[in-house]
Amino acid sequence: MNAILIAVALLGTIGAASAAILYLVGQKFKVIEDPLIEQVEDILPGANCGGCGFPGCRGFASAVVRAETMDGLFCPVGGQETMDKIASLLGKTSPTTSKKIAVVRCNGTCEYRPQTSIYDGAPSCAIEAALYGGETDCFFGCLGLGDCVEACLFDAIHINPQTLLPEVNEDKCTACGACVKACPKDIIELRKQGPKSRRIFVSCVNEDKGAIARKACEVACIGCSKCVQVCAFDAITIKNNVAYIDDDKCRLCRKCVPVCPTNSIWELNFPPRKEKTSASPKEEIKKTV
Amino acid sequence: MLKTFRIGGIHPEANKLSAGKTIQSIEIPAEVSIPLAQHIGAPSQPVVKRGDKVKVGTLIGKSAGFVSANIHSSVSGTVKKIDKVVDISGYRRNAVIIGVEGDEWEDSIDRSETLIKECNLSQKEIIDKIASAGIVGMGGAMFPTHVKLMPPPGMKAEVLIINAVECEPYLTSDHQLMMEKTEEILVGTTILMKALNVSKAIIGIENNKKDAIDKFTQYATSYAGISIQPLKERYPQGGEKQLIDALIRRQVPSGELPISVGAVVQNVGTTFAVYEAVQKNKPLIERIVTITGKEVKNPCNVRSRIGISFQTLIDFAGGLPPTTGKIISGGPMMGKAVARTDIPVVKGISGILLIPLSEARRKAPRDCIRCAKCIHVCPMGLNPTLLMNLTEYTVWDRAEKNHITDCIECGSCRYTCPANRPLLDYIRLGKGKVMDIIKARKN
Amino acid sequence: MDMETKLVVSPSPHIHSGDSIPKNMYGVLIALIPAFLVSLYVFRLDAVLITVFSVLFCVGFEYLITKFILKKEPTISDGSAILTGVLLAFNLPSNLPLWILAIGALAAIGIGKMSFGGLGNNIFNPALVGRIFLLISFPAQMTTWPVPAVAATDAVTSATVLANLKFNPDNLPSLTHMLLGIEGGSLGEISALALLLGLGYMLWKKIITWHIPTAILGTVAIFSGILYLINPIPLHHPLIHLFSGGLMLGAIFMATDYVTSPLTKKGMLIYGFFIGIITMCIRLWGAYPEGMSFAIVLMNGFTPLINYYTTPKRFGEVRKNG
Repeated sequence: MNAILIAVALLGTIGAASAAILYLVGQKFKVIEDPLIEQVEDILPGANCGGCGFPGCRGFASAVVRAETMDGLFCPVGGQETMDKIASLLGKTSPTTSKKIAVVRCNGTCEYRPQTSIYDGAPSCAIEAALYGGETDCFFGCLGLGDCVEACLFDAIHINPQTLLPEVNEDKCTACGACVKACPKDIIELRKQGPKSRRIFVSCVNEDKGAIARKACEVACIGCSKCVQVCAFDAITIKNNVAYIDDDKCRLCRKCVPVCPTNSIWELNFPPRKEKTSASPKEEIKKTV
Repeated sequence: MLKTFRIGGIHPEANKLSAGKTIQSIEIPAEVSIPLAQHIGAPSQPVVKRGDKVKVGTLIGKSAGFVSANIHSSVSGTVKKIDKVVDISGYRRNAVIIGVEGDEWEDSIDRSETLIKECNLSQKEIIDKIASAGIVGMGGAMFPTHVKLMPPPGMKAEVLIINAVECEPYLTSDHQLMMEKTEEILVGTTILMKALNVSKAIIGIENNKKDAIDKFTQYATSYAGISIQPLKERYPQGGEKQLIDALIRRQVPSGELPISVGAVVQNVGTTFAVYEAVQKNKPLIERIVTITGKEVKNPCNVRSRIGISFQTLIDFAGGLPPTTGKIISGGPMMGKAVARTDIPVVKGISGILLIPLSEARRKAPRDCIRCAKCIHVCPMGLNPTLLMNLTEYTVWDRAEKNHITDCIECGSCRYTCPANRPLLDYIRLGKGKVMDIIKARKN
Repeated sequence: MDMETKLVVSPSPHIHSGDSIPKNMYGVLIALIPAFLVSLYVFRLDAVLITVFSVLFCVGFEYLITKFILKKEPTISDGSAILTGVLLAFNLPSNLPLWILAIGALAAIGIGKMSFGGLGNNIFNPALVGRIFLLISFPAQMTTWPVPAVAATDAVTSATVLANLKFNPDNLPSLTHMLLGIEGGSLGEISALALLLGLGYMLWKKIITWHIPTAILGTVAIFSGILYLINPIPLHHPLIHLFSGGLMLGAIFMATDYVTSPLTKKGMLIYGFFIGIITMCIRLWGAYPEGMSFAIVLMNGFTPLINYYTTPKRFGEVRKNG
């Protein structure tokens, strides 16, 4: 009985002493911080993805609290809603930024882009890209080893095992830009999500001349500029033999899509076309994939 | 006990199939593609245009900065176009494509075989001549030679080291050149000594080239200051830092150049090119290439003009064996695998190695068993398995602290790994990333 | 070019030494042959029985765990489970009931190895995890040793040299007997000479380096040597310590396990030194007569820390030492 009492007393004393020390040290080294930072951090998604350009959500929160205006500060994951909440908390106004989404600009599935060599190194796009152009004769296209998948913290991008190309899950993508940075071929781009998620873009980045690009991949942009001619809004430009659609200028009229001889312009989430224009060639491709 | 470097190293099977084969000349094909990026540094600026007539030795690409090099036509004919061709980098890059007509040389070039020992040029004149001849490191690094001959302010070379090690398996181009052009190389060494203003030169030769050691020892007696040092066979003895350690027992500190310990290293092929440039006015338009492989019909050493395609050279050696699984430009340890045969020969290609399909694929990697063999063989004293993991998990600060940038990419770690792990694949990637980070920090 | 045969492209190097995990594992097994022959001579059929069943249990458990629990490709062909089986058997008395052996094998493979993710990921030496598990669970069975069949006495069981050394110092076999292995003990630990032969083979084949065994044996010899100089009793005799118990087996085959020992040569020396110290402390002042397994497993736990703090000797660290 005595032994138990001694043990309890001893442990109790040690515990109390430790608690006292902890409390005193905690008081001494207490960091006095703007309580707003804590509150802003609570509003943020807490993914610590770095998509905003700051190291983690706390970094962003303290930047927002300290900044004079909220220009240039945007949490791509939380989106406009979160930014508005923060703005009302801080009594600032947040500039409206349209929501973006990651878009994969390569359509060279195995079917359209024949394999010409076998890569046998470590399974990393960055390592393969440093070694040579890739397993096909298109030196600009997707390597399919999934550096973007590794980089995504939101499980929003996956390699389709049939096409060996990455596909973005629109519901999960937060436009943090991690995949854009991870892709050694600069294939992934953040584009405006568009009304009802409707988007039009050139699904190719091949800068080779038309003949070489076409030989390497049936669905490569050959820089023929037919799309440039039909575009009424000056939204399409050709640079380095590849067309690019400016999403600020594009009005989603879809005229460029059917004129593309290699079906390299994609339209997403549009209703089916009326009978007289016939189904877009793109739709056919999608079916075959 | 023969000398060698003091940390790590391996001893792969030599497989010198083309040893002792006399250097043969390759017939010039109807067309050559001469890449404008054949060196470390800025690619050269083209100075010819479509339709221009060129002779052998005509300048076609002008050096685009201090670390860059001139490029000369290796054939006579008409410039067809300047276009992108797939080169050794595995990507399409700019090259001058020339349709060949005859074999007319620039008048200034002395094409005779007579040995010219005398050289009365000044230090600066020699370096200028080397720079204008477009000479780069011919062991594979392709670093512009004239840059190495101009030490940064405050540094002084004490000894010139000629790298005649050829420690890569299969390759014999340097060995054969040494046997056929012994005196030219010794004169080249004397010229380089003058360019660096040093009185001492050491030629390091691995002990598997006994004939070359004997021949050089015999001839070197009549050249002041040049000594021959046989070395124990060990890879990567041809690495600059390893060779300096082996020969003069000094270790270049991390992140510094060989000149920091008073040494300048030049490859033996480069030394011969220096001789030709300075004594014969001949720019770097051709080089010796070993074409070899276990299933190659006639493994051989050839003198190839720059810009001739791999296919032409392979055909010369008896054609591409149908069972070829991999084509490597350079040796099997540090050479680069290529995906096609229409790639042009450039200044730094010492060999074309055809590997049979049966040996082409890697074995599947297994989990690391922490046997530490990669650590024991690393000639830089690094921890390859740790560096690979740090790269895989992108822990760049720790990778930097563990000196990832010291890696010389010799491949000893992957060669040794019993679990077949792609150690160097990742370390190379991580090294590049960390170097970018360091560069960004400095700016 | 023929489009049928696509060329392979991979980063350098393009050749490989041909070394592999199975080669190293089977190399160690070959090095264990002399010790096995001695135990075959000393313990006759029991040695075969324990070894064969230990290997069967270990390989079987690994196969079942990879196939049905981890649902991965079975990895038994790499030889590591066989090696664990043999090493476990060598650490057990020859008269151990087979059902206890099965529990030991399950502990070794299931707890010691596969729960961490298989070969390469385990923190502790699997065979020692199995042995220690049995030593704590079945102390009686694990410490009664059959008398060697070749030693003509009437007794059926005997204590090990170390137990005698500690509790009954008048009853010691001669040093020659200890060197050759005519003594009581676990299967594989009895003959120091046979184990040293194995060490020679592994050093020749470059399977291991000299650092760990030398550090352990050296530390034990010096530690007990100093004590012997102060107080020359049999308990302090360095040669008895070197040749008895699991010291040789542990220093040569258990502590040198790739996965659980440090990576750098510096680290290996530190690791070996502490194994030697801990072993001697347990032997001299602990409750158990033998401390090798505990010492190794303890230091296995410190291996990551040693790895973190020891770096290989880098090129260029010594400046201008011409």
